[in-house]
Amino acid sequence: MDRADKVFKALADPSRRKLIDRLHAKNGQTLGELCKGLDMARQSVTQHLGLLEDANLISVQWQGREKLHYFNPVPIYEIYERWIRKFEQERLDALHKFKTNLE
Amino acid sequence: MKMIMSTETFVYVTYIATTPEKVWRASIYGELTRQYWGHVNVSDWKPGADWKLVADGGKQTVHVVGKVVECVPNKRYVVTWADPSDATVSSKHSRLAVDIEIVDDMTRVCVTHDQLTQEMQKEITNG
Repeated sequence: MDRADKVFKALADPSRRKLIDRLHAKNGQTLGELCKGLDMARQSVTQHLGLLEDANLISVQWQGREKLHYFNPVPIYEIYERWIRKFEQERLDALHKFKTNLE
Repeated sequence: MKMIMSTETFVYVTYIATTPEKVWRASIYGELTRQYWGHVNVSDWKPGADWKLVADGGKQTVHVVGKVVECVPNKRYVVTWADPSDATVSSKHSRLAVDIEIVDDMTRVCVTHDQLTQEMQKEITNG
């Protein structure tokens, strides 16, 4: 699978987006920490993390025996560079703020 | 008072269609860093040596200073990272490690910025 395909596929799932959100809130978590408070089997979380890692949306570092997961925003930035930046960033930003304020 | 400050870590990974040697040269050699990064990395890259990141412009402003911690050609370099005003305050140095390796037909570049206190992180984000 193409790298970009992997990224879109990985993002096309609410559970995986939730895992990214959780790492965004607190970077460098273990599998155990990520499982806490999630209504998901540990095995599913492991699978989701594997897919995210394969798509390069998560980078991993070992600290002793602990595997720490970090959100890697580089592929999302590449999507931005390719499809968004060339449009008018400021107007998009204004529109986004407008939407967020209304919601 | 809290004695141990919690620190932040960023791990950014990107795959580049080039060779580790080219990534290395573009990161280490002054003139090439100017071309590839838009700023100049200045150091002799011996462990313990000073390094600095200088803006590529008329003013040649020094943006970041630090020490070289590790330097393994084509594989890995580690530097400390601080605001020039904190050059002598080691507690205000964070650490930047760059790991370079071949994965399939690409070069994987992993940038790890750690030992960042929240205060330092704010400065980087704002600066």
